[in-house]
Amino acid sequence: MSTVSVHSLWTTLAADTPPGGGLKFQAPTIEYAQLSPILIIVGAAVLAVLVEAFVPRKGRYYAQLFLSVVAIAAAFAAIVGLAASGFGTTKAHIAAMGAIAVDGPALFLQGTILLASLVAVFTFAERKLDPEAHGNRVDSFAADAAAVPGSDAEKAAVKAGFTTTEVFPLALFAIAGLLAFPAANDLLTLFIALEVFSLPLYLLCAVARRKRLMSQEAAVKYFLLGAFSSAFLLFGIALIYGYAGSVSYAKIADVVDGTTQQISPALAGTMGNDALLLIGMALILMGLLFKVGAVPFHMWTPDVYQGAPTPVTGFMAAATKVAAFGALLRLLYVVLPGLTWDWRPVMWGVAIVTMLGGAIVAITQTDIKRLLAYSSIAHGGFILAGVIAATPDGISSVLFYLLAYSFVTIGAFAVVTLVRDAGGEATHLSKWAGLGRRSPLVAAVFAVFLLAFAGIPLTSGFAGKFAVFKAAAEGGAGVLVVVGVLSSAVAAFFYIRVIVLMFFSEPKADGPTVAVPSVLTTTAIGVGVAVTLVLGVAPQYFLDLANQAGIFVR
Amino acid sequence: MSFPLLTATAVLPAAGAILTAAVPAARRTAAKWLALLFSLGTLVLAAVVLVRFEPNGDRYQLTESHTWIKDFGVHYELGVDGIGVALIALTALLIPFVIVAGWKDADPLETKDNKRWRPTQGFFALILMVEAMVIISFEATDVFLFYIFFEAMLIPMYFLIGGFGDRAHSGTDEAAATQRSYAAVKFLLYNLVGGLIMLAAVIGLYTVTGTFSLSEIAELRANGGLEMSTNVERLLFLGFFFAFAVKAPLWPLHTWLPNAMGEATAPVAVLITAVVDKVGTFAMLRFCLQLFPEASKWATPAILVLALISIVYGALLAVGQRDIKRLVAYASISHFGFIILGIFAMTSQGQSGATLYMVNHGISTAALMLVAGFLISRRGSRLIADYGGVQKVAPVLAGTFLIGGLATLSLPGLAPFVSEFLVLVGVFAAYPVVGIIATSGIVLAALYVLVLYQRTMTGPVKAEVSGMKDLKARELTVVVPLIVLLIGLGVFPKPLTDIVNPAVTHTMHDVNKQDPKPEVEAAK
Repeated sequence: MSTVSVHSLWTTLAADTPPGGGLKFQAPTIEYAQLSPILIIVGAAVLAVLVEAFVPRKGRYYAQLFLSVVAIAAAFAAIVGLAASGFGTTKAHIAAMGAIAVDGPALFLQGTILLASLVAVFTFAERKLDPEAHGNRVDSFAADAAAVPGSDAEKAAVKAGFTTTEVFPLALFAIAGLLAFPAANDLLTLFIALEVFSLPLYLLCAVARRKRLMSQEAAVKYFLLGAFSSAFLLFGIALIYGYAGSVSYAKIADVVDGTTQQISPALAGTMGNDALLLIGMALILMGLLFKVGAVPFHMWTPDVYQGAPTPVTGFMAAATKVAAFGALLRLLYVVLPGLTWDWRPVMWGVAIVTMLGGAIVAITQTDIKRLLAYSSIAHGGFILAGVIAATPDGISSVLFYLLAYSFVTIGAFAVVTLVRDAGGEATHLSKWAGLGRRSPLVAAVFAVFLLAFAGIPLTSGFAGKFAVFKAAAEGGAGVLVVVGVLSSAVAAFFYIRVIVLMFFSEPKADGPTVAVPSVLTTTAIGVGVAVTLVLGVAPQYFLDLANQAGIFVR
Repeated sequence: MSFPLLTATAVLPAAGAILTAAVPAARRTAAKWLALLFSLGTLVLAAVVLVRFEPNGDRYQLTESHTWIKDFGVHYELGVDGIGVALIALTALLIPFVIVAGWKDADPLETKDNKRWRPTQGFFALILMVEAMVIISFEATDVFLFYIFFEAMLIPMYFLIGGFGDRAHSGTDEAAATQRSYAAVKFLLYNLVGGLIMLAAVIGLYTVTGTFSLSEIAELRANGGLEMSTNVERLLFLGFFFAFAVKAPLWPLHTWLPNAMGEATAPVAVLITAVVDKVGTFAMLRFCLQLFPEASKWATPAILVLALISIVYGALLAVGQRDIKRLVAYASISHFGFIILGIFAMTSQGQSGATLYMVNHGISTAALMLVAGFLISRRGSRLIADYGGVQKVAPVLAGTFLIGGLATLSLPGLAPFVSEFLVLVGVFAAYPVVGIIATSGIVLAALYVLVLYQRTMTGPVKAEVSGMKDLKARELTVVVPLIVLLIGLGVFPKPLTDIVNPAVTHTMHDVNKQDPKPEVEAAK
């Protein structure tokens, strides 16, 4: 076999073509059972597209909701099954001919993504918040996303009671990509997973029912910047291939470590060239840091978070962050352990500016969604502090933080959907004045989420922050801990400001009303509060879980 | 397993808080009685702790220990020494008075044209919540456990300050609300920043020791298994001390206290200064000295200077105040200076004096502040200039106010005298010059208390004061027991010193210090 196998799954056919010509097809070996979580979601997404095509308009919403919930639940059950039969620990290995890792971190993060997605899908399906349009109950999504905002076609669609039930298949495709992202074990799979979850998310951002122009603008911004960062990532992958002669994580790691000396003739000029490695890795890291929203690659976050339909924002803020940090962890711990001394200073810098930048800029925000966007940037910085620890403790602390953070985020955005005035959601902070007087319960729940964001003890936010800071301190990043603590203090200021506004300010006469949600959003918020408190008071079980899951397979 | 008495002492008020909050909005009075009942129950439990505690027994008694978060090395470890017992007793004792004194502070606001609902239940629930968290902080022998409640108690405190302000305000309602939320935010941010800096030090401590348990750390130290370089110890000490100095509050980190005490209702002001702030000084004794003995000694000169500045500066500013509640706040800053001085004098008189001071200051400030609150609620103003001649129309009020004031200036015969004297003796033995300067605080205290009394209570009766009613039965039930205690502990402080002294011996041992030998000139 003289030709170099670029990648065993993607290029089996090319590699195995016999020299004499003729096609000898060799089927790739795929461990279907181990990939079942992803496969279930992809299958359901395909089915959902068919539902969209064949089920009558009236029944679509229920069919889609049912299908999504069942698929996510089934995928989660598959994850639990895999974990129970030891794939997270002893039987962890690399499936699908090297493309997908089935190991502790992958299963833990996939489980987190699925649970967060389930809750997010509930908020997608909420139909009691917006006032009925022409006798039809409507959700947060445009009646006809293709109609120009303000046009006759749009009015007709609203009048006919259309709804964009396509959001469910889109969400399912996105979830499939998100599941594959942290499990990707070679750079091509990484890139494909990235595109699979990014494209549906771009679309989902564009389909808000209210403030449609803003929503479309957000989607275009997200798409353009996202495409740009994908290009960086892809270019980085090409350079790394030139360096290592492979896109497989394990093989790249071997070349980095110097254990592989074999040089393929086709790449003799470039292989082992450190410049390629460093530039390529820098480009790949840029692509990933864009997805986690780290400074200086964060510019899209506030605009997209603000413009996207709020349920989508919550989904995106939680699930994307989990998946992207998973991918980042795997890349740094599996591919680049030999390069720790090179990437650490850079990531230190990124973490510091991310923590401080997110927290400081958030102070000046006047829109609750933008405020939460900057807060998510600051939290990205805290998580990076755990990533940088470069110890097993660092991995498990990041896993735990992501679990804690995603439920607080979805819950917080779900609360944002409840506070409404005539123009839809009232996201300007001035409108939240006196909310505590008018709706003590909603304000109290939101206060719990804000306190968790601020990292006050007895909430999940504190346990998570403590875990990552502890890991960072033990990993020798004491300075990061001090910066993290200082930016927590800054961040506390604006979370507290919102609490002050809600409880201690006089309500305005034309203030917003709090819509009474259906059981769907109530569940989403209730789960958020429950997870926040349980992870704050009794985190041991989940820390154990994260600890067991904290080892990457190579 | 024996009955977890210490847990119960903290759980009872917490349960009370939840039940009180759950009382339906219409049954306001029932909620108040329920809260009072739970606070009295806590007092009973605290009394049991006091009785079961053996002053000359082990250092930490009634201990409980369970693993809580194994991963962080966190234990649910409780135990009390004499200092803790005294402060738990103080807390449990003061809360019922705070509740009775604040009986009507959270009732709906009735103005000319409308009646505004206020979360009355919430007020009492929050007070009980603070009590629970303060008590567990006094009991925790695990650094992390302590830290959690040290931070978490800020939240209920914050809502108490910001949500239920003093109605006696010279400006408009809106101006009052703005100032109140400013005070609440200032309180929270100061303490949160202090707490977060402490968090960095807590994490640092863990990376050095691998545990949070005081007993395990003490064991490590005894075995020589603790490797803490001088610099690390000093940095960690500073992290802890900063948080406690904000809480205590020590100059120059004190500026949140006058705002918070001025804007909060009088009972909440008492809660801040008499109960919550004591956690700061208590923690200096328990954590700073015990965990970082060498660094504590290293920092002593600087801390003594800061404490002296607190004493003199607080007293001077108290003299210049026009607002009764802010005057008491600055007086408290001066008194906290004495407490910190006593702790860091590193003599046994100084430290037991400081502990007594914490208890006595709690009682005397409660007496003065609560009577001041009754006075202010009658006239609707906090400004000293708005009063005059009150002793002619409300003699009992004026008399109790005077006793509270005299206790604040440490008149012999009242409890604070004993503690202030002990602190000064302890300081003088080690640092004579510091002791002499600190004495000036007493002189200034006489000035601000007596001038306050003279301006408000004596002289011609002002027109607005002429119809003032004297103390009612509810108010008397608050004031009389406090005064009895002040006199009782002033004449016979032995029961308290007996409990505190053995504990102080332990802290002295922690820092490896002995009292300076008295030097007597040999007889010729």
